[in-house]
Amino acid sequence: MPFGLIKYGFNKEYPARVDLPPACDLKDSYDVVIVGGGGHGCAAAYYLATEHGITDVAVLDKGYLGGGNTARNTAIIRANYLTPDGVNFYAESVGLYKELSNALDYNIMYSERGHLTLAHTDSAVRTMRWRAEVNKHLGVESELIFADEIARLCPTLDLSDDVRFPVLAALYHPPGSIARHDAVAWGYAAGAARHGVEFHQKTEVTGIVKEAGRVVAVETERGTVKCGQVIQAVAGSSSLVARMAGFKLPIRTIPLQACVSQPLKPFLDPIIVSGSLHAYVSQSARGELVMGGSTDPYPLYGTRSSLDFKEGLMAHMLELFPFLGEVKVLRQWAGMADMTPDFSPVMGETPVENYWLDAGWGTWGFKATPVCGKRMAETVATGRVPDILQPFRLSRFEEFDQVGEKGAASVGH
Amino acid sequence: MTMRLANGAGSLIDREKPVAFTFEGQTIEGLEGDTVASALLANDIWTLSRSFKYHRPRGPLTMAGHDANTLVQLPDEPNVLADRLPIASGLTVKGQNYAGSLARDRRSLIGTVGGFLPVGFYYRSFYKPRGAWKVWEPIVRDFAGLGRVNVDSRHGYYDKQYLFADLAVVGGGPAGLSATLEASRAGLEVILIDEMPAIGGALNFARFVNGHADGLADAVGSDPNIQVLSGATCTGWFADNWLAVVRGNRFYKLRAKQVAVATGAIEQPMVFRNNDLPGVVVGSAAQRLIRLYGVKPGTRAVVVAANADGYGVALDLHDAGVDVAALVDLRHDASPCHFSDQVRDAGIRVVAGHAVSEAHGRDRVTGVTVAAIVGEGDCAPSGERIDCDLLCVSVGYAPAAGLICHTGIKLGYDGDTHMFTAGGTLRDGLMASGSVTGAHALEAALAQGRRAGWAAAKALGANPGAEPAVPNDLGNRGVNHPWPIFPHPKGRDFIDFDEDLTVRDIKNAIADGYSEIELVKRFSTVGMGPSQGRHSALNTARLTAKATGRDVAKVGTTTVRPPLLPEKFAALAGRAFTPERLTPMHYRHKDLGATMMVAGSWWRPAFYGDPASREETIREEALAVRNGVGLIDVSTLGGLEVRGPDAAEFLNRVYTFAYTKQPVGRSRYVLMTDRTGAIVDDGVACRLHDNHFYVTATTGGVDAVYRQMLWWNAQWRLDVDVANVTAAYAGINIAGPYARAVLAPLCDLDLGAEAFPYMGVRTGTVAGVPARLLRVGFVGELGYEIHVPSSCGEVVWDALMAAGAEHGIRPFGVEAQRLLRLEKGHIIVGQDSDGLTHPYEAGMAWAIGRKKPFFVGGRSIEIQMKRGLARKLVGFTLVDPNAPIPEECHLVVRGKEIPGRVTSCSYSPTLEKVIGLAYVAPDQAEIGSEFDIKVDGGRLVKAVVVPLPFYDPDNQRQAM
Repeated sequence: MPFGLIKYGFNKEYPARVDLPPACDLKDSYDVVIVGGGGHGCAAAYYLATEHGITDVAVLDKGYLGGGNTARNTAIIRANYLTPDGVNFYAESVGLYKELSNALDYNIMYSERGHLTLAHTDSAVRTMRWRAEVNKHLGVESELIFADEIARLCPTLDLSDDVRFPVLAALYHPPGSIARHDAVAWGYAAGAARHGVEFHQKTEVTGIVKEAGRVVAVETERGTVKCGQVIQAVAGSSSLVARMAGFKLPIRTIPLQACVSQPLKPFLDPIIVSGSLHAYVSQSARGELVMGGSTDPYPLYGTRSSLDFKEGLMAHMLELFPFLGEVKVLRQWAGMADMTPDFSPVMGETPVENYWLDAGWGTWGFKATPVCGKRMAETVATGRVPDILQPFRLSRFEEFDQVGEKGAASVGH
Repeated sequence: MTMRLANGAGSLIDREKPVAFTFEGQTIEGLEGDTVASALLANDIWTLSRSFKYHRPRGPLTMAGHDANTLVQLPDEPNVLADRLPIASGLTVKGQNYAGSLARDRRSLIGTVGGFLPVGFYYRSFYKPRGAWKVWEPIVRDFAGLGRVNVDSRHGYYDKQYLFADLAVVGGGPAGLSATLEASRAGLEVILIDEMPAIGGALNFARFVNGHADGLADAVGSDPNIQVLSGATCTGWFADNWLAVVRGNRFYKLRAKQVAVATGAIEQPMVFRNNDLPGVVVGSAAQRLIRLYGVKPGTRAVVVAANADGYGVALDLHDAGVDVAALVDLRHDASPCHFSDQVRDAGIRVVAGHAVSEAHGRDRVTGVTVAAIVGEGDCAPSGERIDCDLLCVSVGYAPAAGLICHTGIKLGYDGDTHMFTAGGTLRDGLMASGSVTGAHALEAALAQGRRAGWAAAKALGANPGAEPAVPNDLGNRGVNHPWPIFPHPKGRDFIDFDEDLTVRDIKNAIADGYSEIELVKRFSTVGMGPSQGRHSALNTARLTAKATGRDVAKVGTTTVRPPLLPEKFAALAGRAFTPERLTPMHYRHKDLGATMMVAGSWWRPAFYGDPASREETIREEALAVRNGVGLIDVSTLGGLEVRGPDAAEFLNRVYTFAYTKQPVGRSRYVLMTDRTGAIVDDGVACRLHDNHFYVTATTGGVDAVYRQMLWWNAQWRLDVDVANVTAAYAGINIAGPYARAVLAPLCDLDLGAEAFPYMGVRTGTVAGVPARLLRVGFVGELGYEIHVPSSCGEVVWDALMAAGAEHGIRPFGVEAQRLLRLEKGHIIVGQDSDGLTHPYEAGMAWAIGRKKPFFVGGRSIEIQMKRGLARKLVGFTLVDPNAPIPEECHLVVRGKEIPGRVTSCSYSPTLEKVIGLAYVAPDQAEIGSEFDIKVDGGRLVKAVVVPLPFYDPDNQRQAM
């Protein structure tokens, strides 16, 4: 029994630890308004407060805290990207994640499971080797491995030759992890709230007020609040909110669906991804198989479920794990992926002064939560975009200086 | 001890047909028609499994297949609902989630330390000191999960069927049946979906005052316009009335013009201490046991009622010979209901204004404490203990509104009836009727059903007559008790049986700040278990409302998502049809012993021989082409017909080169870039006529190219037509110094170097088959690409093989082709380019028509070139011939910097050295420049830039 739980057993009254203070009124003005109370917004608030002493901050969300893509992603964390810019960025995130439970005093259940990206074609093998080589050169653990080693790491995976797409090799990324996604947002929010940051749920932003090209206030359904600076962190609605601020983003929003099985006793240790079969799966701490596939075939601002997603995904799951036929899907859901042309995020400056962007998170937003929060906070506090974010600037698209990460996407597109 | 009733009750069982199966190793006798749960209860076995967190014993709660208390384990299937699974001879069933034995689960000790495991305890602990979680996590993981997967099992046969209907009615209770009949009468084709083996719903098990619904099920069963799917579960509603229906090993996908939801209501538990003990059931569970399975639910019962249904349950128990010790009515001043007199006449003791504050027993209820209600949710501290082995609870319902919620509709809450609400016409083509709308009175449910059937007919243009009237009184008052929640100071007052969550857990989650209903759910996990909150959502909403000082309506509900009931992976997968494309000569390759490889959806020969002899075979095949003659199946190459007066203009826009002045009878290289200027495909364009090009594309790229062409053509509206004819043609490339000698006797064309020069295109016959012949040089030798109708591919292949025998002709595969083209320095799109490569980087400036005004990507390339090159593709060889051969995608490194990577690399048997293509920094791209390649093990290998092509730099051999 961990010591932390003893007080609960011996206290007659529940020793509540108020992570999220009760709702309060909006003030007239804040130094910083963060639009979007997902993981990213909460993390930015946390680092503003803890590392830069900026606590006059309001985080606004149209729904509940962490209720957008933070709640809907499949909680995979990895740094095995393709471009040096991408690898460096996500590697910093993995480093922060590893320490996050203790830093936040909140167990995010960070679980290093190892991450296997299967290659079923020789072109996929080449891409995996490319990623492995770039990773290793930058000090990130990754290796191209073959049947024997794959079988050792995941003995239940079907590695036979008599299937439609035999497994030829895999990119093995030992630091690949999963975490409790909600806890990441809550932990950051609780940490920020302890320093006085305000969280306003069910407070939709309806307009951005500018004066002379500079943001001065944010209009909400609960009234207008003045602000010095704004961070926009609204994955799934990025292009809509940016339009309120008066600029366009090179983003298409496409639903991405996922599902979980009923809880099962643990049998699957690593995270398994197959690009060719459009399937990825890990087993959560609750015992559920968390599964996803490719993005939907068309753009949509919506989170409806579809049947064909499940049909296709399950057919592929059975190709990887034929013994799962009698296991059952418990629940399916969808998130909205803000897809950029180069499969990399967009962070930093916008055409509006003091209006900072944290967008374009496609299917890779959760894993970047700590680094993005920390570096966005630094950006706002110093007024300067740090080097690690520079490659992801919005202007890279007009400059043809993209950060091509399509080859490192787990999800088919 | 058998609990089977002697009075002949049990509409689903066949008393003549005993069936034996095993549960936990013990042989159990049941009857045909029994479920595992009913057969076990008939044998007085109540503990089926153990709970998720505290390992408390779990027994049936609803007998309706709605709760997760009955999840059991089959040898090859975890998490099976025992109150749905029919028994079968030889079936082997076990409980789940226990250590040791089901009866004595060692892990049940954890329940005794429940006080140390507050809501969300795993967020509060296990991570200190640093690294502690690594120790705790495996333990936590091992405790989690329910059933076990058998990794050696293979799933059975599952398939799918499409269904279509004017009206799909979901739910075969009174409302559903009357909707079905009414619509059928108006001429609609109706499909009725019902979960139970026999339609009728509550008519088959509940107690009604009189039989208004007699004959309804029979009428439906004998109507030819009605297709009845019983024993089938509609698991999801998707856009445009697309329903998922699971029945046995068949998965139906049903498109309905109209959908009538008549899914009924789910009877809700009451909250008190030990309310999860086996033997505590909802009232309708007892009725189902008696009427469907002929099982006496207990010997001595207490009934808790807050509505008339509870009185009916008491009477049913009484009639079945159960001693009803007390009927505890939560209401102080309940007005008499239609069963009140009968209850009094039966001599059943009624205790009004009381509740059960606690159930007693270890593995089964042995008694209850009945205490006076002194305030909302508050019982007097002491009460009367009554012995019993069954406690039935009838305190209200929640609508089984899952399908309605799948459409995006959120449930409301009616503060007068204390019910979640969803009713009437919900959206176009979707209606609800019966108790899912709150219509608990039989007459109202029947009338609503009739009106739903009528409305469906009306919406579809039939003439259904006058609109059926629906009574104002739906019978929704006095059904739900406003607050059937009696927290106990000592806890174990469960809100959610799936997750072992008590009243305190919900309150504490809110106290920690998780006060929005979604956060209550996510933090506490209430409603996240296998039954998805069917029995916990209502009471959770009530508790949250009270704790946060809001109305239940304001608190709202969390999102209901498909599936309504868990769906098997194998059912969703069906027969898992994965398309495979075979070229017309596929079986020739197999006969020749080819090792096949995946190429998109195609299979192609990698080389002809055993995988063990791979390197040697590839080398031999390549040398055969260089020194003799070889042939390769290129049928997988994309083929596109581009016809029309604007055909050349069209190509001029979609490809980088210039095509307007391309002569008829000539082919020209095509390179496609996207709007960012990145290379996406290549091939050749053959001009067969002024208005007609035959364009090839890569195997993997053709579908996207075709799609892009259609897309652009829709924008530009040129007078051109594009067709993808990939599958219509077999393609064979014959190459090598003897290619002409082999082909000439089979072909009616003059193959002379002047009559049919390099890059020429001709139509003629080969082996009597009409053919398109292209003189192209991908492998760098004299060669002809022969395109013939697919059906004739084998004929032409055989003729070439026969004619080539004297020249030692040899088929070669994709691997040899890759080597040969590398020797010629030709790129493979996707291997030697990536998603951002523009033509200048790939050294393909020559393929850009600079004089034309526009092509897709042209402007982007121009802008990028103004900045100068960031990298360049070069040919290289190794400085040290004995150095390890770099693999494709090994990096070109310069200190920490990564200027590029090796894209192609191989030992060339013709040139007798290692050759390759690599991206390097522009300042490394000069001929003679040296650069480092980081190979396996981190070793650096020095390479030197050499001119391309490596082989036959003057291109004499292909032009022979």
